[in-house]
Amino acid sequence: MDIVLEAKDINKHFHKPKDFHVLKDISFKIFNGEFASIMGKSGSGKSTLLYILSTMDTEYTGELFLNNKLVTGLSATELSLIRNENIGFVFQFHYLLSEFSVVENVMLPAKKLARKSHQEIEHDAMQKLKMLGIESLALQKASRISGGEKQRVAIARALINNPSILMGDEPTGNLDSYNSDNVFNIFKQLKEEEGLSLLVVTHDEDFAKRTDYIIQMEDGRIVGKSSNL
Amino acid sequence: MNWPVILNIAKTHLLTKMKSTATAALGVTFGIGAYITMVSFMTGLNNMLDDLVLNQTPHIHLYNEIEPTIDQPVSLYEQFNNSVQMISSIKPKNGQKKIHNALPILNLLKQMDEVKGATAQVRAQIFYLSGSIELSGNLIGVDIMEETRLSNMRDYIIEGSPEALNTMDNGILLGSGLASKMSLRIGDRVQISTAQGAVFPLKIVGIYQSGVADIDNSQSYCNLKTVQRILGEAQNYITDINIKLNNIENAPILAKGFEKQFDVTATDINEANAQFETGTNIRNLITYAVSITLLIVAGFGIYNILNMLIYEKMKDIAILKATGFSGKDVQYIFMSQAMIIGIVGGVLGLVLGFILSVLIDGVPFKTEALPTMTTYPVDFSVMYYVIGIVFALISTFIAGWLPSIKAKHIDPVKIIRGT
Ligand SMILES: Nc1ncnc2c1ncn2[C@@H]1O[C@H](COP(=O)(O)OP(=O)(O)OP(=O)(O)O)[C@@H](O)[C@H]1O
Ligand SMILES: [Mg+2]
Repeated sequence: MDIVLEAKDINKHFHKPKDFHVLKDISFKIFNGEFASIMGKSGSGKSTLLYILSTMDTEYTGELFLNNKLVTGLSATELSLIRNENIGFVFQFHYLLSEFSVVENVMLPAKKLARKSHQEIEHDAMQKLKMLGIESLALQKASRISGGEKQRVAIARALINNPSILMGDEPTGNLDSYNSDNVFNIFKQLKEEEGLSLLVVTHDEDFAKRTDYIIQMEDGRIVGKSSNL
Repeated sequence: MNWPVILNIAKTHLLTKMKSTATAALGVTFGIGAYITMVSFMTGLNNMLDDLVLNQTPHIHLYNEIEPTIDQPVSLYEQFNNSVQMISSIKPKNGQKKIHNALPILNLLKQMDEVKGATAQVRAQIFYLSGSIELSGNLIGVDIMEETRLSNMRDYIIEGSPEALNTMDNGILLGSGLASKMSLRIGDRVQISTAQGAVFPLKIVGIYQSGVADIDNSQSYCNLKTVQRILGEAQNYITDINIKLNNIENAPILAKGFEKQFDVTATDINEANAQFETGTNIRNLITYAVSITLLIVAGFGIYNILNMLIYEKMKDIAILKATGFSGKDVQYIFMSQAMIIGIVGGVLGLVLGFILSVLIDGVPFKTEALPTMTTYPVDFSVMYYVIGIVFALISTFIAGWLPSIKAKHIDPVKIIRGT
């Protein structure tokens, strides 16, 4: 199987207010089509790690490979292109552009990539919304839908450019169990039907147990990897 | 760079913040509107004043300055060369008002390429006789048709016409002040006397009004020959030659040349009207100072609004960056907002400026100095509109630059963590 994402000896320090070694010797691989979860106590460095893996944070030592290509050290513009093309990101808080409609939010990353015509992009976006069961909301303002719906819009947006990997930082953290379940099922379906790789930080034990395997973190270290398969 | 998306986001931001956008754009509108109005009006006034001077002043004026001869006869006598010469009570020579060889000079001038035209004048000190009162004044003998061709003298003849003078040997264009003082009208006769005491009757064929009271109260125009006859002088008696050039810039150099060549005194228009330039420059300075101040105020408005917008849109910026928009993209989103405000505000400013200029242009304005003028002078030059829009774009560009750079450097991780 191909490696989608590989971290090699990643270390990170925060310098303010005082020196703090937040990530220590992080190394792991995610293969194509895997659905991995990261668990760990609050403050163990899960979000910090995810920001590095998503190329938004570049202040670390070690090496990061995406599709076997070294991304560490690339320029900010090159990294934004990689994010645009290869990485889907879902936050705990459903970050949508509130002035745009649901479908416009979903289309935005594809318009930035500009590989397809407006019609094709719109068609893709509608398809993603349909897959997530919210195509009826397409023309609503993003500020006028429920939290669970917003999270699904965010997932649709993360998927619009058919990324190599979808990352989530507690994507169900703000949802009730019904909506959490819903999001989990969507992820599972994406893995099974589209062969998408996923890496999700979660505090939800039930959620984590249903993923392929759990990466355990403690005080900035990976302390274990338990398979659920 | 992906402009459709960038402009689409910029447009959406502006539309959802309609009030702030409108305020910022109106700031630019007033700045540019004020600039257009002021510069058009001020330049209109400047041009009017310049015309006033240019049309009444010859580009080069040739005459003989009354001064004692530098080479007194004694210095011509070789025997006294080594002695100290003391001459007391030197007086200027008689008959020096006359330009020597005036007619050949005139012919020569008329043939020069640089010269648009040259007119001869005879100036005479005279008295206007009105009953027992004698009013002192000048009588200027002119070739009236040539004068009207070269200057807008016709505009200043408020009654009668230059043609009437041309055809009437004993005609006079009487100064308007003189006419009202002596209660004379066109068709009446006026008596003048020379310093020597000879009295001549002249027929009033027109009234002349320059707008300058001193002139109108003392000066009148006759035909060249008439004045020569009054003075008892020959046809070659000419006291002044006025020259119009094709290019006024050449006036100082040519004046110097004429002085040497013809042995006369020559003053050029720049020398005569040095103060005028200063006035024009100061008016321009005021116009630009006020306009730039208004634009700076407008610029601060834009700067403020963009800063506020960026503060409000922190999250949006973080999302855009997280989903693959680069710092440059984000910068251009906010720069385009500034530029859209600048373009819309600027174009409206041009329209506002044009409307105000048209309104001012329609306001009645009468001045004796310029009889042809009926409304305020406004200069509608396309140049000001070009400068205006460039001004608007530059100032909004500067105002948008700093906030947009700030947006460019926003760290999405910080924002996402912050929530
Ligand atoms: N900008 C920062 N400067 C200094 N320390 C920071 C900064 N951001 C995070 N930290 C610290 O780094 C550690 C790891 O933070 P991180 O957000 O990665 O934890 P986490 O595992 O995601 O926790 P949670 O489960 O609560 O989200 C924490 O102790 C936090 O206080
Ligand atoms: Mg976290």
